[in-house]
Amino acid sequence: MDKLLTWIGDHQQMIYIVILMIFLGIEVIGRVPSVLHTPLMSGANAIHGVVLIGAIIVLGRAASDNYIALAIGFLAVILGTLNVVGGFVVTDRMLEMFKKKR
Amino acid sequence: MGIDLLAICYLIASVTFILGLKMLSDPATARRGNLIAGGGMTVAIFGTIFLYRDHGRALHNFGWIAAALLIGGTAGLLAAKKIKMTAMPEMVSLFNGMGGACAALISISEFGRLGAIAADRGELLIILAGVIIGSVSFAGSMIAWGKLNGRIKDVAFRGQHALNLLILLLVVVTAVYLVVGPQDMATILFYAIVVMALIYGVLFVLPIGGADMPVVISLLNSFTGVAAACGGFLYDNKAMLTGGILVGAAGTVLTILMCKAMNRSLRNVLIGSFGVKAVPAAGGGKEQGIYREISLSDAAMVLAYARKVMIVPGYGLAVAQAQHACHELEKLLTEKGVEVKYAIHPVAGRMPGHMNVLLAEADVSYDNLLELEQANEEFPTTDVVVVLGANDVVNPAAKSDPSSPIYGMPILDVELAKACIVNKRSMKPGYAGIENDLFFRPKTSMLFGDAKKVLQDLIGEIKNL
Repeated sequence: MDKLLTWIGDHQQMIYIVILMIFLGIEVIGRVPSVLHTPLMSGANAIHGVVLIGAIIVLGRAASDNYIALAIGFLAVILGTLNVVGGFVVTDRMLEMFKKKR
Repeated sequence: MGIDLLAICYLIASVTFILGLKMLSDPATARRGNLIAGGGMTVAIFGTIFLYRDHGRALHNFGWIAAALLIGGTAGLLAAKKIKMTAMPEMVSLFNGMGGACAALISISEFGRLGAIAADRGELLIILAGVIIGSVSFAGSMIAWGKLNGRIKDVAFRGQHALNLLILLLVVVTAVYLVVGPQDMATILFYAIVVMALIYGVLFVLPIGGADMPVVISLLNSFTGVAAACGGFLYDNKAMLTGGILVGAAGTVLTILMCKAMNRSLRNVLIGSFGVKAVPAAGGGKEQGIYREISLSDAAMVLAYARKVMIVPGYGLAVAQAQHACHELEKLLTEKGVEVKYAIHPVAGRMPGHMNVLLAEADVSYDNLLELEQANEEFPTTDVVVVLGANDVVNPAAKSDPSSPIYGMPILDVELAKACIVNKRSMKPGYAGIENDLFFRPKTSMLFGDAKKVLQDLIGEIKNL
């Protein structure tokens, strides 16, 4: 229990960010028209591709002879990149369709 | 100096994520918002590669990183460019699953690094959260993807929700035990949790109807966001934390908004496959009345000699992939001097904007697509309305029956037209699970069958007239 409390103390700043981001996330898309639901979902999908950063760190610091770590990191970076690149491109294609209409 | 510059990269990324999400919720700025967020993401990624220091040491394995980025980037780009407009939601689901898997792999790798030490219980907790949420999101997204492209059918069996709950409970209990209990079996328990989380993800999405998948994807999307944020905690990385939590929160709100737009509750969507059967809606004891069927040749006749025809597309059109056949019918009728328009309900197809995208793919002109209010103004001057696989969006109960679950939802007033032909596969109720009185009205006639086949047959009949 003590350990958990010190852990919270150590990560105070992060916890503040979490709480503020929760409110910001709710606020920011509060009044989105229903036609934009799908592109917005897709855009948000691309943004959580930021997990790729973690994958790059995993791969980048794996010891060169630790093949398991390398393989996991390699796969993680591929999947993360798919999420980022695919996510943003698909969203752009969707929004392109909407633009033509106006 | 390096680390400070990286902090600025992450700051830029965080701001662009917030800004991008904000701009994505307004039609005028949406496209720019997406590009801005993408730009911020690029800054964060390259900043990490070149500036990240792990206890003062730069990253290495650049060859591996470059190769992985290249493979993932090319595959992502090709997939996103090649995919048909109709298959967009399943693509989003697939990419979402990749993100979830990525988060899970990061946690697995970090658990490996932690090794036998595992002194930091806080870190272990975050790792577990990341791997559980990531795995559920990955497995669930894969099932959602399979369902949307028709490879996986809805599966529902008795006690399914109880079983799901049990597995979830087991996952949580094992995780808690791992964090607070002795560590002697840590590795086995850890991988047991991964496997159980994957199974839970599969079972969680399996019973949910195909039409509700966009809502489920949106929910899983916010899960992946939270999983990414767990990674942010692990690496003390503000960009991952901001982006992840932002998507987690916004995704949850979006999920609820999507449910609201189709007049459902999230609970109803998630356990809907059971709720519908248990409650045969308000009209359970009500007399069903009789409906009238129309033959193909009669329908063809009615359409060919009408002055103005309005087509109301719905989910049935999307499942049957009948948009091209629909456009063909439109062209044929126009050649015969019939005025043909489309009435688009905002939530038709159960995915906002679904019909616009679908018909755009078949080259239907935007000028012929009428929005709800316009369409309702034109129905009184319309001779024949053709309802193609739409149900709840034309259900008069939304106006007249306060006990109906969709009461209050604006609908397309197809009854104002002189006649109405409804194409459905069967008399089964729509996704809201309620009977539709429209089918029993004297002006309505039913034309059963798969939308694509019926349309093709109609085209044949009209050509033969």
